Amino acid sequence: MFMLNNVVFRDILHIDKLEIPDRKVICLFGESGSGKSTLLKMLNGLLTHDHGEILFQNQSILEYNPIELRRKVVMLGQDPIMFEGTVRDNLLIGLDFSERERVEDAKLLNLLKELELSKSLDDEADKLSGGEKQRVAFARILLMDAVIYLLDEPTSALDEGTEHKVMDFMIHRVQQDQLTAIFVTHSKEVAEQYADQIIYMEDINKKEVISS
Amino acid sequence: MNKMMDITLWQLISAYIFMVLLLVIVRWRRIPREKEIVIATFRMTIQLVLVGYVLVFIFENENWIYSILVLMLMEIFAVYNIYRRTKMPLTKNLKKIIAIAMIVGTLFSFLYFDFIVVQFSPWYDPRYFIPIAGMLIGNSMTGITLGVSALLEGFRSRKKEIEAALMLGATPSKASKRMVNNAFDSAILPTINNMVGMGIVFLPGMMTGVILSGASPLDAIKYQIAIMLGITGSVSLSVIIFLYFGFKTFFNKRAQLEL
Repeated sequence: MFMLNNVVFRDILHIDKLEIPDRKVICLFGESGSGKSTLLKMLNGLLTHDHGEILFQNQSILEYNPIELRRKVVMLGQDPIMFEGTVRDNLLIGLDFSERERVEDAKLLNLLKELELSKSLDDEADKLSGGEKQRVAFARILLMDAVIYLLDEPTSALDEGTEHKVMDFMIHRVQQDQLTAIFVTHSKEVAEQYADQIIYMEDINKKEVISS
Repeated sequence: MNKMMDITLWQLISAYIFMVLLLVIVRWRRIPREKEIVIATFRMTIQLVLVGYVLVFIFENENWIYSILVLMLMEIFAVYNIYRRTKMPLTKNLKKIIAIAMIVGTLFSFLYFDFIVVQFSPWYDPRYFIPIAGMLIGNSMTGITLGVSALLEGFRSRKKEIEAALMLGATPSKASKRMVNNAFDSAILPTINNMVGMGIVFLPGMMTGVILSGASPLDAIKYQIAIMLGITGSVSLSVIIFLYFGFKTFFNKRAQLEL
């Protein structure tokens, strides 16, 4: 799916070679400052590498229209950002941004239920707790039917029980629809339990870890 | 109608004495603004005296070159003033867009005003040309200044929101729509408030001037209505041009946020 050859990004990342396979759940594991988020952002086209090449489906990432690329390779950032409006607005906004068709309330409610979120679609998104926001942001990208999901610590604000339910649901979706998910986590247990393959940043990144 | 009353030199001096009174109060209350008040009074006096002589010269020697020259000076001053009054650093591209928006927006509105609304005769008649151009340019300058600050502030404080939208495949235009709309509101609000309060809260400067010069208040309001519409149009147009091109300077060719 992705091939990285001699990729350098400032003094943060230097990856000689990395292949990310298709239709798998991949975990990026490493300390803070080891370049996990930077790598995800480069795959999403939000950052451009200084040297080397990144291939996506055998074509240089630079040859893709960045906006079209991001619609296929959707990313969920570390902070669950809520946009102005209700829970419904926040769930649908990913579809609006990527110019996909909106879905019925029933589908939204069903998704919230799967993610253990008992909120009304008319609730103000701003008033949700950190964990609730994280699940709304997660649900938002699941609605987008992307090919690849890049998830930067998608469950960091959840308690252990909810974390497992959310991860179970994600893995189920990925396997069922034959998708690819690349997620970042600090938890070795989560990594080992859910990933088909773990990529250790210290093994692939030749730059020194910058402690943050 | 009476002709405008002349103010004698002594009457003018009494106005300065009024300022001296203010200075006494400021000193007595130990408000550390004496210097600023004195400098501002001086500057205002010298600037107005100079402008007075320049205008007398231009009015007596009606020539399209002088009118255009004054217009250009006003535009340059306005653009420079926007750069200076914006507290945050401006990129080269943004500066260029500010200048273009300011000049195109005000010139278009002004020409419409000159040739279609008021129909100055001749078109460069400095008695109309200069004050009306000044009002359109001055108000648009304030509008763009507010718009620039609001846009920069919006991009800075909502950087993560814009990035989150980009990650989901939003175009830069969609990702920054909220900040652009907020900036338009901030820029246009003073002009809208001005229209709403007009005639009730205050008599606008231009109308006061026309009344003082001896014209009927009914004639004065006709001018005021026309100029108010012109100002609103000019402010909106220049701010819209600025925002339409301005937000793009925050993104590079790969639709990445550059902050």
